[in-house]
Amino acid sequence: MNAPERPISDAIAAAARAPRLQALPAPNDGWKMLLRKEVLRFWRVAFQTIAAPVLTAVLYLLVFGHVLADRVQVYPGVGYIAFLVPGLVMMGVLQNAFANSASSLVQSKIMGNLVFTLLTPLSSWNWFVAYVGAAVLRSLLVGLGVYLVTLLYVAPQAAAPLWIVVFALLGALLMGVLGLLAGLWADKFDQMATFQNFIVMPMTFLSGVFYSIHSLPVIWQRLSHLNPFFYMIDGFRYGFFGVSDVSPWLSLGVAATSVAAVAALTLHLLNTGYKLRG
Amino acid sequence: MPAVSFQSVSKVYPTSGKAGSPPLKALQDVSFDIEEGEFFGLLGPNGAGKTTLISILAGLARATSGRVLVHGFDVQQDYVQARRHLGVVPQELVFDPFFTVREALVFQSGYFGLRNNDAWIDALLDGLGLADKARANMRQLSGGMKRRVLVAQALVHKPPVIVLDEPTAGVDVELRQTLWQFVADLNRQGHTVLLTTHYLEEAEALCQRLAMLKLGRVVALEKTSTLLANATAHVMYFKTDQRLPPALAALARVTGRIVELPAQDPAEIEQHLAALRQAGVRAEDVEIRKADLEDVFIALMGSQASAQRARAQEAV
Repeated sequence: MNAPERPISDAIAAAARAPRLQALPAPNDGWKMLLRKEVLRFWRVAFQTIAAPVLTAVLYLLVFGHVLADRVQVYPGVGYIAFLVPGLVMMGVLQNAFANSASSLVQSKIMGNLVFTLLTPLSSWNWFVAYVGAAVLRSLLVGLGVYLVTLLYVAPQAAAPLWIVVFALLGALLMGVLGLLAGLWADKFDQMATFQNFIVMPMTFLSGVFYSIHSLPVIWQRLSHLNPFFYMIDGFRYGFFGVSDVSPWLSLGVAATSVAAVAALTLHLLNTGYKLRG
Repeated sequence: MPAVSFQSVSKVYPTSGKAGSPPLKALQDVSFDIEEGEFFGLLGPNGAGKTTLISILAGLARATSGRVLVHGFDVQQDYVQARRHLGVVPQELVFDPFFTVREALVFQSGYFGLRNNDAWIDALLDGLGLADKARANMRQLSGGMKRRVLVAQALVHKPPVIVLDEPTAGVDVELRQTLWQFVADLNRQGHTVLLTTHYLEEAEALCQRLAMLKLGRVVALEKTSTLLANATAHVMYFKTDQRLPPALAALARVTGRIVELPAQDPAEIEQHLAALRQAGVRAEDVEIRKADLEDVFIALMGSQASAQRARAQEAV
C-alpha cells in the first residue's frame, strides 16, 4: 500500500527559495546517459534478456547434437557439436541485438515515455549510438554466455580469433541497427513480432547455423548467398575452424556493406523524425 | 527578445484520419509572442490546436510552415539550444516502469548533458513532496505522485521557459492547488510559464495574458484584465424545470436545470425577469454575478461559430 501523500505546501516554500532557474550550458554528452539507461533496462531483467537466450541455445545444442552428432560431419576433423557452437553463438548475438533495440523503442513508443527522450537535445547520432550500443552489449553478453556454456561439451577452438571478434561485432551492429529500424517503423508489438518472426527468424535459421550450405541443393545454395546472415555466420565460423563455405574476406565485405547500408537508412530516418516527430 | 515567438505557424495533416478525407488544417497562420517572465494562458476547446502548437514548440511535431523561437533559438534549426531553454510537462501521465523516481530524474538530467546535478534533483524532490518516494519504482506511485514527477522531470535541467499542457487534468483539488502554487512561485522568480488548461478559473487567476484558439486560429489575444473588462458585465443565474421563451433561449447557457443569461446592466436583468414572468417560467435561486473568463470564452467561441454559420449561409 502506498504511504499517504504528504501535503507539499511547506515544501513549496523551500523550492521557491532555490536559485533562479536558467538554462545551463552543458557538454553534449547526453548519449552516455541514454546508453546507460538502455543498458540498465535490459540488465534489470537479465534472466529474461540474457539467461533465457543462453538456455535456448544450449537446448538446441543438446537436442541437435544428440540426434545428429554421429551422423553428420560438415568439415573434416570437426565434430557436429563443435560445428554447431559458432552458429548458435552467432544466432544468439543476431537475435538478441535485434530484440533489444526493437523492443526498447517500440515499448517506449507504446507506453508514451519516449516523449522524455524526444524533448531533449539528443541528436540522431546520440540516439543511434545509445540504442545500438546497448543492443551490441546485450548480444555480446548472450554470445559469450552461450560460448562459455558450450565449453562444457566441446573443447575451445579459435583458429583466427580476430575474425571471431570482427564478425561478432559486425553481426551485433547489423542487428542492433536493424532492430532500431524496426522499432522506428513499428507502431505496435504485433508489427514488431511480424518483422521478427517473418524476416529475422527465417533469415537466421536459413543462414547455415545448423548446416553447411554445401549440403543444400544448388538452388538453395544460391539463395543462401543472398542472405547477409549467412556471411556473418560463415565468417564467424572461419574464426573458429579456419574453414568456411566462402572466403572470409567476401563475408567481411558483405557484412560491412550491410551494416553501412542499414545504418545510413536508419540515421536518415532518425534525422527526418520518421514516426517520431509528427 | 520574447521568451517564445510563434511566427505564422501552420500545420496541415495530410488526412484527418479517415481514408479519402481532406487534409486537416490543425493550425492556420498562428502568430504571437510570449514575453520573458510572463504567465501566459493558451485556451480553446478540444481540437482547437493547443496541443499541436505546444508539440511544435517542444519539437514533438514539425510545422508545415512558419517557425517558432525559444529565447531566439529556432526549435528546428537550433533545437539543442531551444530545448535547453524549455521544460515541458506533458498532458499524459507517462512513465518508464523500469526505473525509480530518482533514476528517472538523473537520466533526464543526463540527457541534457548535466552530471552531478544531485543538489538540484534533491531540491526538486523536496519541493514537490517526492523525497520519501525517491527510491520507489514509478509503477508504485499514485496518479498525483506521477504528475509531480512529470513536473520535476520538466524542471530538472533548469529551463527558463516552462510549458504545462493541461497539468491538472484529472488530479484532485489539493494537488491542483499546490501545483499552481509551485508554478506561480517559479513565475515570481522570473520564469516564463505557458499554460494550457480547461479550468478557466485557474487561467483567470494565474495568467497575465491569454490567447484563445478555435479551429487552429487565434481568435483572441489580450491581457486577461482587458478580456474581462470587454466582456458582458453581468450574468443572471437561476434554476428552472421549465422551457425558456425562445428570445431568452437564444441568449441563455443552459446546463441541466441551471440557466445563465448575460446582461449588460440592471435594466436588461429586469427585462429578462419580465420575459420569464410573462412566459410563466418559475425561476429559483436567482443570483446576479459578475462575468468571468468562462463567459468570455463561451461568448468568443459562440460568436465565432455564429460568424462561421453566417459566412456559410452567405456562401450558399
